[in-house]
Amino acid sequence: MTMFFQVAIDGLLTGMVYALVASGLSLIWGVMDVLNFAHGEFLMLGMYVSYWLGFLINFDPLISWIASGVFCFLLGILTYKLIIHHCLLGPPLSALLATFGLSMILKNFALNRFSPNYRLLTGTLLDGKRTLIGNIVLPMPQLITSIFALVVVFIIYYVIKRTRLGWAIQATAMDKEAAELMGINTERIFLLVFGLGGLCVGVAGGLLPSYLAVHPEVGGLFGLIAFVCVAMGGFGSIPGALLAALLIGLVEALGGFYIAPVFKYVVVFGLYLLVVMLKPKGLFGW
Amino acid sequence: MPLLEVCEISKKFGSLVANSKISFKVEEGNIVGLIGPNGAGKTTLFNCITGIYKPSEGKVFFDGSDITNLPPYKVARLGAVRTFQIVHSLKEMSVFDNVLIGAYLRERNTEKAREMANQCIDICYLTKIKNTRAGDLAIGHKKRLELARALATSPKLLMLDECMAGLTSTEVNESVSLIKSLKKKGITFLIVEHIMEAIMPIADKVVVLNGGLKIAEDHPEVVVHQESVIEAYLGQKYSKKFQLAAKGRNI
Amino acid sequence: MIKENTKKQDLLWYVLIVVLLLVPFIPQVAANSFTQHVFILILLYASMSQAWNIIGGYCGQVSFGHSVFFGIGAYGAGMAVVKFGITPWPGIIIGSLLAMVVAVLISYPCFKLKGHYFAIATFAIVEIFNRLFMVWYWVNGALGLDYPMVKTGWTNFVWYRTKIPYYYGALILFTTIFSIVRFIERNRFGYYLRAVREDQETAEATGINSTFIKLSAMALSAFLASFCGAFFVQYNFRVDPPMVMSLQVSMVFVLVTILGGAGTLFGPLLGALILIPLQEYTRVLWGGLGRGTDLMLFGFLIVLIMVRQPKGIMGLINEYLNYRKTRKIISAQPEINS
Repeated sequence: MTMFFQVAIDGLLTGMVYALVASGLSLIWGVMDVLNFAHGEFLMLGMYVSYWLGFLINFDPLISWIASGVFCFLLGILTYKLIIHHCLLGPPLSALLATFGLSMILKNFALNRFSPNYRLLTGTLLDGKRTLIGNIVLPMPQLITSIFALVVVFIIYYVIKRTRLGWAIQATAMDKEAAELMGINTERIFLLVFGLGGLCVGVAGGLLPSYLAVHPEVGGLFGLIAFVCVAMGGFGSIPGALLAALLIGLVEALGGFYIAPVFKYVVVFGLYLLVVMLKPKGLFGW
Repeated sequence: MPLLEVCEISKKFGSLVANSKISFKVEEGNIVGLIGPNGAGKTTLFNCITGIYKPSEGKVFFDGSDITNLPPYKVARLGAVRTFQIVHSLKEMSVFDNVLIGAYLRERNTEKAREMANQCIDICYLTKIKNTRAGDLAIGHKKRLELARALATSPKLLMLDECMAGLTSTEVNESVSLIKSLKKKGITFLIVEHIMEAIMPIADKVVVLNGGLKIAEDHPEVVVHQESVIEAYLGQKYSKKFQLAAKGRNI
Repeated sequence: MIKENTKKQDLLWYVLIVVLLLVPFIPQVAANSFTQHVFILILLYASMSQAWNIIGGYCGQVSFGHSVFFGIGAYGAGMAVVKFGITPWPGIIIGSLLAMVVAVLISYPCFKLKGHYFAIATFAIVEIFNRLFMVWYWVNGALGLDYPMVKTGWTNFVWYRTKIPYYYGALILFTTIFSIVRFIERNRFGYYLRAVREDQETAEATGINSTFIKLSAMALSAFLASFCGAFFVQYNFRVDPPMVMSLQVSMVFVLVTILGGAGTLFGPLLGALILIPLQEYTRVLWGGLGRGTDLMLFGFLIVLIMVRQPKGIMGLINEYLNYRKTRKIISAQPEINS
């Protein structure tokens, strides 16, 4: 039984990180109906920023998440300005394919500059620390990162539901033209939303290198899982994405442990297919 | 035997009753108008007949067979073809290709289908803009294209959902004469329309809906005298005008 | 006007076939096996993308799952040769039929999903198949299948010393798939595919069974994609899951078509003509600049096309033709006035 709880807790901790990555994606999808294929690569670059800060000038991930957050925020803004903005008028999937091109550029840039080696940041503040609850081991790096991720998700959700800016974002998502007539600068909202999407993934990326090795391919799987979380949670719904992410983290860990590690993603993607077959618009979709 | 028979059709969306026990018949070769104020349930009824919605209760018979719950394409294959209130043209295709798609329903052979499409295009006065992209058309042309595509399927019953809304009065007159000439060829019509000047003179019968209920069904001239109809829909002013005009014609 | 266009297209098509038949006789090609390799890849990629074009371009259902069908075809041929030690042909046929069945089984539920939901579902399917093949002992899992030495010739569809027969094999594949699409494009099925793409509700109201149309397009597309997979493995002498069944491979189908122009007959060929030489030659020439340079360039090209001309190269060509036409009209005008 202890084993079960241990695995489940590990899964939930991973799920919280997925939630942060997914809510950035969900925000973009919900407001612009654009799927950012390069989302995972944003995460990868965010991780590299944090890694190099740690490696070269000994910044701890607990600090350098700020830098990678800002970095990914700017990356998001740049992506919007240079690519997405031009794709919004095109056919429905052109933004998806354009960001796929971007993901190829970013991934191969990392490969070219940083080599395919796996890099792990050692000697961080939390390195090797752990706490115990009963018999369950909670490694500090994972715990802090996950709690942090959850907090950021809640902040983003609060901003969207409770602030003036959030209302403007919601209005833009519901009806762009009507929002414009109400005096909302939708262009700026889009820009900001893409930046915020980047920020979410950047913060996650900044914290991860303390326990997860960085390499150019690391973003691919994260990106795919984030897609699945968002689609499973429902169009642009952050609570939906959060629930789906926790569920996926849990299923991934339990499936990997009780069935076989190689099957864990089969279970995850199978679960996703099952959910969308039953509810084509996701858990919280409308 | 009527061509189309609607028996006690009801459609509920949750607690909202859009259609309640509506029955009427459309005889072959007639033009039947389906009128009523906004929100009366006309389009819902259309959707129930053509299989886009499944009615909560009741049955629809077309040409002797039960078409309740049939999917839309089967209803169309039987010969009951509709147009949409909000035009759905196949944007990236030319006007000709749009009509050709209709023609392919009855004719697999490409050459013959092309011939048929050309005929329908001529009938609907679209010859000049045959090669234009459907997405680039003006609204009047789009509505006529809808009609041409439906016509190309050689239907027995054409169901037009507000095919004249938003047209100029010249265009309305063109459409009216087009419908009249098609009626002569033996096509039956069920028409949802808001423009009374257009529908009243050509309809053999009108069915009036209000709040999901059928409140009248008779000749147009009889219907406008019915108090319930005047109250619900026409408004006293237009009704009087119509009566006067009718009197004038009689004298 | 439509007739005129088809005539022009016919002429272009027959000239193209003749030119492609003669390519191996060009001295530069005959002498250089790398050039032959590039030509074979162009034909293969054009065929793959054309197979995808049926469902993705003409019918508008952007599937990212085609590497599954490609992979099933590849494994069909590979299993016949490696595990059963026979000619690949029965494997190719069985593989292709199997791909068709799988296509129908997985698409039927997926067609309920729209837009991005459909795209993500197909991503998930590719990942599931990839991981299952990775651990499937019967097909050698992640190790993949390596071809033994076999007798060369058309029975085994294997040659070691020369690539010319492969070229003609690819040309047969190419001609077959393109002819099928050419036929479809001009007949009822092709028009129905486009009708479903443009507006499903209208298509249904006009008597088209859109589910049936989509499923048959998917089945045909998967069947042809699977043949391409079989060709690939016969040419490559090796197959493993990431090589044939991954998101990367799926993307190739989509990108080549979109780059050239989705829903057009020559789009896939144009896309392959530009992408493959670019990819192969940059790999050779810029290898010194470090890993991934070629793919960075590839990515950049995709971004550029999507931003500048989402209708692909065919879109550019049509724009140019229209421009010339309008210029003709404008230049003709003063003469009328004077």
